[in-house]
Amino acid sequence: MSCALLLLLMSLALAMGTGAAVEIQRPRGVPLSKRQFYEENKPFTCLDGSSTIPFDRVNDDYCDCRDGSDEPGTAACPNGSFHCTNAGFRPAFIPSSRINDGICDCCDTTDEYNSGATCQNTCREMGRKERESLQIMAEITKEGFLLKQQLIHEAKRGQEDKQGKLTELQGSKKGLEEKVEALRTVKETAEDPEKEAKERHLKAWEEQKELLRMEKDKTRMAEAFLELDDDADGYVSVAELQSHLELDPDSDGSLSETETQGLLGGADKVDTSTFETVWSGIKDKYLSEVSQGQSEPPAPVETPQEESRDFVSDHDSDHYPEDYAGEEEEDVEDDEEDDHDEEEEEEKVPPTVQTPEKREDDEVSMPPYDTETQSLIDAAQKARDDFDEAERALREVDDQMKNLEKEIGFDFGPSAEFAYLYSQCYELSTSEYIYRLCPFNRVSQKPKFGGSETNLGLWGQWAGPEGNLYSVMKYDHGQGCWQGPNRSTTVKLTCGKETVVTSTSEPSRCEYLMEFTTPAVCQEPASLDEVLHGHTEL
Amino acid sequence: MTRVKINELKPLKPRFEVPDVLINDPPTEPLSLLSRDENGVVLSLGADSQRLIVSAKPFRLDIMEGREVLLSLNSRGLLAFEHLRILYLDWLLSLLGPSSISLDFSLPGVENVYGIPEHADSLKLKATDGGDPYRLFNLDVFQYEVFNPMALYGAIPVMLSHSAQRTMGIFWLNAAETWVDISSNTAGKTVFGQMLDYVQGSSETPQTDVRWISESGIIDVFIMLGPTPTDVFSQYASLTGTQAFPPLSALAYHQCRWNYNDQEDVAAVDQGFDDHDIPYDFIWLDIEHTDGKRYFTWDPHKFPQPKDMLQGLLDKRRKMVTIVDPHIKVDSSYKIHNEIRSKGFYVKSKDGGDYEGWCWPGNSGYPDFTNPEMRAWWASMFAYDQYEGSMENMYTWNDMNEPSVFNGPEVTMHKDALHGNWENRDLHNLYGLYVQRATAEGLIERSGGVERPFVLARAFFAGSQRYGAVWTGDNAAEWEHLKISIPMCLSLSLVGVSFCGADVGGFFKSPSTELLVRWYQTGAYQPFFRAHAHLDTPRREPWLFGPENTALIREAVRQRYALLPYWYQLFYHAHHSGQPVMRPLWVEYPQDTATFSMDDQFLLGRDLLVHPVTEEGARGVTAYLPGKGEVWFDVHTFQKHNGAQNLYIPVTISSIPVFQRGGSIIPRKARVRRSSSCMEHDPYTLFVALSPKRFAQGELYIDDGHTFNFDKQKQFIHRRFSFANNALSSRNLAPGSQFTTFSWVEKIVILGASKPSKATLKTHDGKESQLEFEFDASMSVLTLRKPGVNAGLDWTVVLQ
Repeated sequence: MSCALLLLLMSLALAMGTGAAVEIQRPRGVPLSKRQFYEENKPFTCLDGSSTIPFDRVNDDYCDCRDGSDEPGTAACPNGSFHCTNAGFRPAFIPSSRINDGICDCCDTTDEYNSGATCQNTCREMGRKERESLQIMAEITKEGFLLKQQLIHEAKRGQEDKQGKLTELQGSKKGLEEKVEALRTVKETAEDPEKEAKERHLKAWEEQKELLRMEKDKTRMAEAFLELDDDADGYVSVAELQSHLELDPDSDGSLSETETQGLLGGADKVDTSTFETVWSGIKDKYLSEVSQGQSEPPAPVETPQEESRDFVSDHDSDHYPEDYAGEEEEDVEDDEEDDHDEEEEEEKVPPTVQTPEKREDDEVSMPPYDTETQSLIDAAQKARDDFDEAERALREVDDQMKNLEKEIGFDFGPSAEFAYLYSQCYELSTSEYIYRLCPFNRVSQKPKFGGSETNLGLWGQWAGPEGNLYSVMKYDHGQGCWQGPNRSTTVKLTCGKETVVTSTSEPSRCEYLMEFTTPAVCQEPASLDEVLHGHTEL
Repeated sequence: MTRVKINELKPLKPRFEVPDVLINDPPTEPLSLLSRDENGVVLSLGADSQRLIVSAKPFRLDIMEGREVLLSLNSRGLLAFEHLRILYLDWLLSLLGPSSISLDFSLPGVENVYGIPEHADSLKLKATDGGDPYRLFNLDVFQYEVFNPMALYGAIPVMLSHSAQRTMGIFWLNAAETWVDISSNTAGKTVFGQMLDYVQGSSETPQTDVRWISESGIIDVFIMLGPTPTDVFSQYASLTGTQAFPPLSALAYHQCRWNYNDQEDVAAVDQGFDDHDIPYDFIWLDIEHTDGKRYFTWDPHKFPQPKDMLQGLLDKRRKMVTIVDPHIKVDSSYKIHNEIRSKGFYVKSKDGGDYEGWCWPGNSGYPDFTNPEMRAWWASMFAYDQYEGSMENMYTWNDMNEPSVFNGPEVTMHKDALHGNWENRDLHNLYGLYVQRATAEGLIERSGGVERPFVLARAFFAGSQRYGAVWTGDNAAEWEHLKISIPMCLSLSLVGVSFCGADVGGFFKSPSTELLVRWYQTGAYQPFFRAHAHLDTPRREPWLFGPENTALIREAVRQRYALLPYWYQLFYHAHHSGQPVMRPLWVEYPQDTATFSMDDQFLLGRDLLVHPVTEEGARGVTAYLPGKGEVWFDVHTFQKHNGAQNLYIPVTISSIPVFQRGGSIIPRKARVRRSSSCMEHDPYTLFVALSPKRFAQGELYIDDGHTFNFDKQKQFIHRRFSFANNALSSRNLAPGSQFTTFSWVEKIVILGASKPSKATLKTHDGKESQLEFEFDASMSVLTLRKPGVNAGLDWTVVLQ
């Protein structure tokens, strides 16, 4: 292989605009900056100093130097690199393994000098395109940066506004707190007489009720005596009482003579006045003979309830096999959730059936308050309402303050340039979904044609690399994935005049990537000349 | 070789005999009668004083050599043959009863049996007494367990027996569900017990008994008598053929994932490999690339311009594989389905309608691949004008070809489904082979018979080696699964399937970085080298784990690429003569009992020994270097080690313990590029590892890397390198062939050498020149600088 030297013709006109052409000799693949190490006809010392070889072994397609520096223009060294000048575009280093591999890597075609690959020199074209796109970028950056200044200005003002409002609120909060305390006292003062008057009223009503109850009891006793005194002799005898089995003290189903006598206080018969003491012993059990025939013990309520429990568990076990036979795993999940709901509903049914309705005689309602009491109550109620309202107003102020403090506390970038994104949302519509980014809040995805929204992550933190922290936002703890992690979204921010979501993707299951342009990340533009020539060697 | 075939004389209906597996009917030889009595005959088996003794009552066959019984059939009397009976009959329907068959084999003197893949189990098969037998029934198993005799995706009913005296094989040609029971009279004994037997001289001869049971079909069994492992491989290859010779690029690295999402994703991953300077040859697309799981189609949103994408890969000399599964979406607007239905090519259910089952696309039909007309039609679907968006750098992956039926019994097809007149029960294990065959034939046809196909399949049977590669299915990102990949591929290698690999990184779950790195290091030295991952796992392209791990993975992949000339040569031999690429140690050291159950290390060909690190947090491994009087050279340090020893090797995360046998010559390409085809014309470096007698031998095989011209037009180079008497020479091993190469010899590294005073190169035209050289006395490594001779020509280097 004899290709030790290559005559490189470079038209510097493109890069420097001088119009002069210069010829520079150096071995293939060597950058100008290292040209002095490759002096023709002098022994070559590997750049790492490891050995020295005759110059004709430079680029002789055999690797002599451990650092690969003797073969800058061939693929012989596994760790070598090749320099393409790429006149008209940007120079580049490529790994030696890409020399003559049949693939055009350098736009000036110099990497494919012996592979049969037909490469076109595209450097001018690429240079032109790059300049164009850099120009466009520069314009965008310039305008974006102006917008950013505005944003910073607005954010600053907004921040001041908020701070001012916060201070204002702090002031009104204090006033409100005082007001609440004052009204609390007013309320408590009004409530004491109200309470007393109400208690008084209630007590009078209780006493009245007691009187009524005693009267009723007496009437019942008299009726019972008449009912029991079958022979109307003015006495209730053992025999007359014995028919009332419900009074049986040992509940053995029969009421013996001795037992009955016991009930009558040891006597064989009692008159109306003695019956009073007897009555107090039996009145809770006593059943009037008039109603006795119809009354039956209430049916037990437990049984049907147990049945319904059985039903629930049957229902469950019936469902499981079906679930596992299901094909769509997500469906299974849904089914299980449904089952759960049903179960919970069943459990919510109270275990005891309705308490028996209150007897009518207890239902006699309390008489209305007298006007004096009522006016005390009205006064107290007004004090309460006033107090509640003041408290509500205080809470509202508190909430406003909390929101403001939260907003003020957010990291909106070094100059709060991202503050304008707060409480905004931006959407991108794809073929299947509408994606929605609400910065500092959440990211979500909604199917275009019906279906519920999926949470792709809640605001987490700024997550750019060191030195460029504010270039990436991370949203996490979104909706969980089946057999997977919770959904999360990485938002990459690039400089743009407009604030737009430009693309979304899901590179890994349930890990979303969103691209977002905003003026807020636009850097102060370098001069166009610097952009275009900053990286070129010539 | 002996074939025993037992069928019913007059069955009620014919019993199934497996077609399309044997490459041709083996030639028969007349047996000569040696003697006979009223209960039997003694027949001569031709060569080697081998005799067959046939006894009538009880029926029994004994194969003898000299005075020794090599193998007995039915010595335990377990021969069973359920002849067909009518269970139920009316004027329309007759139901035939069970039809299972069984036979036992006794192997006196044998303690070790191998093969009958596919099982996630040790290389040496275990006695199954008291447990489940090894089951052969192609199934789509969800998250399979390791060290388990359960059935997996493929079935090859071939068992090898081995003792220090002889290697034999049993090929049970039956495609129905099959069970294999193994018992051994030494299996239960402790090492101490065996020693005691030996000392006391009271030992009974070790013996292994094997019983085969199949659900239907006939008894058709081939006894391969060896006596060497190489002989058994040749005998089996003469029955079912050899490994398909893959395109060279298929031996390189494959990047797969379920799924690469869209064209942009494919382009970004492709660029990622270049940005991180990691070579790769194939990027794969799983089921999500299709339009609603309709194979042969593309998702119009994600892959709107497949040809642009393929052209982009082609421009970088890379390739793609798309998946084509054998379940077809039942959808009247899907061309493939409509054609199969209208041609009546679907498998039928027992009541005569098209059999339908649930799979990825939802309700699916299953083409009857046993039908040659169906296969021809299927093959024609791979034509460039039929498979829209396909190009010559696009190849095929057949997954789910057990076949997988999500709502079928055991996730497969009902046994009473009908393939023509035959029930699935008769030929179940054969379905997957036919799918891969029809696909491979399609890829050949689309190129007019010029290009070699590459098809990966999950289910397989005896003979599947002729159609492409297989992998160990849906493994998991666990250390145990990394370990089991070695015996699983070794078991396949022993029965003809050399092109085997496991999903690098593990399919289910997410590997730790250490496991991923170790898996790349192991996979780089296994035949089919593909990373793959489940849809639900985080991305794991090689550069996502920090620069250090990227460098470790890059190094492992680069080692693979440098060694591609050797891999290619091994596959040429596998194709040419049926010798496995990946070998258990006992195949090359058949008398070394220490190697018989070894499956944590293996040989590639004869000359490389690989002991991958498969333990988490390993600080060292103990490798066994076989061969008394032999030496092995560490391929990374060139350090020399003696054979017949257990060698402790301290390891770090970058270590991949690999040794080259003293006495061998291995060609490599040191200039690793971004894909194998970029390296086509690159020069070779020869690694000559001298034996203690200062001798070495090796080979080099070169052809165009992708066509059948090597076969049809003898366009290849096959060289023999020999080092003897201080001279290294290259001579032609295939004088009838012709091929030219641009590749030359750039460097010769001689391990275990002494320092010469000069090195003289003599080229084919008689010219002589002196070679410069370097000598590293500490490692005894002699490096000859730039011989510069063309790799296809004769030359000699003489050291003085």
